[in-house]
Amino acid sequence: MLRDITIGQYYPADSKIHSLDPRVKLLATLVYIISLFMVDDVFSLLFISVALAAVIVTSKVPFTYIMRGLHSIIILLIFAAAFNIFLTPGIPIFTIWKLNVTKEGIKSAAVMMIRMIYLIAGTSLMTLTTTPNALTDGLEKSLSPLNKINVPVHEIAMMMSIALRFIPILIEETDKIMKAQMARGADFESGSIIKKAKNMVPLLVPLFVSAFRRANDLAMAMEARCYHGGEGRTKMKPLKYQKGDAVAYVLLAAYLAGVIIIKIVTNSIL
Amino acid sequence: MPIILDHVTYKYSTGTAYEKTALSDVCLTIPDGQFIGIIGHTGSGKSTLVQHLNGLLKATEGTIYYNGKDIYDKTFDMKDLRTQVGMVFQYPEHQLFETTVFEDVSFGPKNQGLPKKDVDLRAYEALSSVGIPQEVCDSSPFELSGGQKRRVAIAGVLAMKPAVLILDEPTAGLDPKGRDEILDLIQETHRRSGNTVILVSHSMEDVASYVDRIIVMDGGKVKYDDTPKEVFKSYKELEEIGLAAPQVTYLMKELKEAGWPVKSSVTTVSEARDEIIKALKK
Amino acid sequence: MKSIKQMMIEARGLSHEYFRRDDDGNVTEIVNALSGVDINVKPGQFIAILGHNGCGKSTLAKHINVLLTPSDGTLYVSGMDVKDEDNTIDIRRNAGMVFQNPDNQIIASIVEEDVAFGPENIGVETDEIWKRVEKSLKSVGMLEYRDHSPNRLSGGQKQRVAIAGVMAMQPKCIILDEATAMLDPVGRKEVLSAVKELNREKHVTILWITHYMEEVTEADYIYVMDKGKIIMEGSPKGVFSQVELLREHRLSVPQITELAFELKEEGLPLPDGILTREELIEELNKCRLS
Repeated sequence: MLRDITIGQYYPADSKIHSLDPRVKLLATLVYIISLFMVDDVFSLLFISVALAAVIVTSKVPFTYIMRGLHSIIILLIFAAAFNIFLTPGIPIFTIWKLNVTKEGIKSAAVMMIRMIYLIAGTSLMTLTTTPNALTDGLEKSLSPLNKINVPVHEIAMMMSIALRFIPILIEETDKIMKAQMARGADFESGSIIKKAKNMVPLLVPLFVSAFRRANDLAMAMEARCYHGGEGRTKMKPLKYQKGDAVAYVLLAAYLAGVIIIKIVTNSIL
Repeated sequence: MPIILDHVTYKYSTGTAYEKTALSDVCLTIPDGQFIGIIGHTGSGKSTLVQHLNGLLKATEGTIYYNGKDIYDKTFDMKDLRTQVGMVFQYPEHQLFETTVFEDVSFGPKNQGLPKKDVDLRAYEALSSVGIPQEVCDSSPFELSGGQKRRVAIAGVLAMKPAVLILDEPTAGLDPKGRDEILDLIQETHRRSGNTVILVSHSMEDVASYVDRIIVMDGGKVKYDDTPKEVFKSYKELEEIGLAAPQVTYLMKELKEAGWPVKSSVTTVSEARDEIIKALKK
Repeated sequence: MKSIKQMMIEARGLSHEYFRRDDDGNVTEIVNALSGVDINVKPGQFIAILGHNGCGKSTLAKHINVLLTPSDGTLYVSGMDVKDEDNTIDIRRNAGMVFQNPDNQIIASIVEEDVAFGPENIGVETDEIWKRVEKSLKSVGMLEYRDHSPNRLSGGQKQRVAIAGVMAMQPKCIILDEATAMLDPVGRKEVLSAVKELNREKHVTILWITHYMEEVTEADYIYVMDKGKIIMEGSPKGVFSQVELLREHRLSVPQITELAFELKEEGLPLPDGILTREELIEELNKCRLS
């Protein structure tokens, strides 16, 4: 059910990963994503797997919890894999009805699947180990140079953290309105796509009305608590680098170096 | 058409750290034409219970018979059940969506597949039964006052002419007058049509003067199931589970303890008044 | 100037009107949400404002927090004129506000970070924020939930977090605008007793806005509003003795007061404005003996 969505949810635990500075985690996630798309050979993927596994173990987040984020994209994954298998040109291994299954296809499908799964695992790991507020603080601070070119970094960060706070509430609300309309005989499942879209009106209108009402209430509550933008604001938890963060940066550099070296070595061998 | 709950248990988030038993082994019989109050504090399982009655939630264990038929049977028509068992959710005004009040109230009967003439007729009937004036029918439901919105939302369910009407906290957030108006109109429709009404509430005082029977829920179990008088006799136990009997019940108990010749099982102001007058005349 | 300083809140002829427009933007009606409201709140008092939904009580509350500004009349909060824009932040810090919907006023995803939101906005130093967060959460009995997500708290707990969020700004006064309207009886009791304690122990001035009569029997003073005007004011006893007038204004009285009123109608010699069971029993015993 809708309740099971884990993306953007924080998993409280006392681990080395949890206590890292969000800026470290943001940069690490970025480096990790780039590394995923740099490599496509077995050794590199193995290296990345080991690194990922080490981080997961250190984070103390249960493995099943991380993998739950995959549920929502499983269909997408299968589709993408199928496209890769059937539509990649190369040496055909066998043929199913006019479609050639190629060696290259299987390889690229496998690499693609691993990339996607690792991507989800890595990014969920970041959100699971970082409170939304720390995450937006990290973004705000990392992007603060953009302030100079008039990008409203503080406002964007604030909007993100509020959005994250309200996602579970709006999901619950969707569930409730859906049930209420079903009790009045609404049908959200059957019919053609157009009919289905039309049937969503009794769900979407109340949902939007409610979201606007909430936004209005919240804006007022923020004002009442003296919110007046980022100017002159202090922080309860200002971002300060600790010893662990330096270690993490070193490890991150080592990881990046490792990926590059393996890449160069395997390229030269093959 | 009675509803029978046979050992109903409901668990959610099964298999995760948040697994919770919301209902455990609930057995109930709801005969035709009763006015029932289901009471319990937040998290007692009362809202979960009523969502089973029209099939919005499916019991993890046990089954429910509507009109003698198992509602979890494959051949059972769930859509038909939902038109027979009408449900007004908490803050029902949040589900309004149409451009006019009239259209919104027509949504239910339209889904029932009724011809346009009948749909219109039912919508008018329902709107007049909740006291919404004709001239408001063509305005947008979003322009109405809070109390009016609530009544329009209730009309939206009444228009489906359910044999069983369930209302989950229909008076939440209303002022005393608004609360009385809603409860009075529910009682009025009950009297007129003889339908079964199930009122979910956490307010004892609201419920006591209206219902024939009170079901007290606590920790997903049925704790008491009897007439208001009988249930309020256990006011001490009710207090322990976060509920309280009406103030007048306490008063009459205290008067009796002080040696007054009064009945202590009193639940409404007018009963209390009559008892005290009677005692003084003795 | 001296008399203004002594008052926490002082309104004189406070009025607020707004235009209602049709779809084309033409003015169709001028609505008087508040007209000629006079109130006085002294420091340390527990003041109640009663009225049915739409009577103007929330509009009044929003003025005290400068979320709305008066069209006419004057309003001083802690000696500061609400019309002077330079005072806005100071007024909001001194007179914090708690709203009706518990979900729509919690900004952060962790309890303690939410409580810190106010102090952060007014530029309190980090160390001091930590102290204040701890103290405010403790004062409403929510300290053990400091690292919880607000989503899994009960309504009463969420409202107490909201109160802590206001307390962390160290206000002189808290305005609670129907803060219990969406709660169940347990939550309502929780919030009310937390607020009463703040009033008693920390001498925070409380402006309690509600339509539940039972909550305000212990208030120092009650204002009753309807159609944007103050229609009654006085002690709880004085106000609740006027059962019929309250009913005319869509309000009811506590059950015990109602019973006493009905018994009086039947000819029993009872005094007006009985609020508690003890009082009623005492009076009834007198009747029986005579």
